[in-house]
Amino acid sequence: MTAETVADITLDTRGTLCPLPVIKARLAMDKMKPAQVLQLLASDPGAKADVPGWARVAGHRLLRQEERDEVFIFWVQKGEGKQ
Amino acid sequence: MSTETTVVQGLPGGELAEFQALHSRAHKETDVRRAAIVASKGTLDMAYPVLILASTAAAMGMEAGVFFTFYGLDIIQKKKFRHLKVAPLANPAAPIPVPNLLGAIPGATFLATRVMKFLMARQKMPPVEELLKTCQELGVRFFACSTTMGVMGVKPADLIEGADIAGAAAFLEFASQAQVTLFI
Repeated sequence: MTAETVADITLDTRGTLCPLPVIKARLAMDKMKPAQVLQLLASDPGAKADVPGWARVAGHRLLRQEERDEVFIFWVQKGEGKQ
Repeated sequence: MSTETTVVQGLPGGELAEFQALHSRAHKETDVRRAAIVASKGTLDMAYPVLILASTAAAMGMEAGVFFTFYGLDIIQKKKFRHLKVAPLANPAAPIPVPNLLGAIPGATFLATRVMKFLMARQKMPPVEELLKTCQELGVRFFACSTTMGVMGVKPADLIEGADIAGAAAFLEFASQAQVTLFI
């Protein structure tokens, strides 16, 4: 894997709690094309497990996940034919 | 390249192929997932779990449906959903923990509700109204219990737009295909 994961869209959900990071991620995905990558920033501690769970069930691919200064950063690639 | 394969990198070639076949088959079988939720309470603290779980299920690509019954029907009544309350009586975990006797005095419920709404807003939690809208935008089905409507004198026009009036059988038919069933 490359050191830098390139994102098509960045979504900042910092300062919001569950369910907003996942809801906003879903709404952002609706506007994206398959294989495009969403970069998601979240400060909700629940997001650490929520975003991977959402991505798996919704059929997207979690490419990468990082934690920097209590901010979770996810790179999620939109699945084929998924919402 | 793919992060998925890193999980099974240690497997010998044959086993890897077998694993991948199994994985894709398992994924297909549960391709359409469904969550069926019963909302039986009409307080603010009971409305939130219902609407959060339903909207999140839909956001995950699941089919989600909520059966609003008895006091839970208040959550989808036009004139009521903005005025759901937190009851401090017999609720030691209420925002202001008060002895039961004080919880019964006029104004205690009003105060507990104000505090909860303040705490919610401070954390940027959307109000019930907005969560209802989000649920509907994401395709969550709302079933309004017809028996409750009859008993409580609720008219179809009292319900928010898009709620279907249904009995137990209709909801159970929906729930019979669900992998997730919750009673709240």
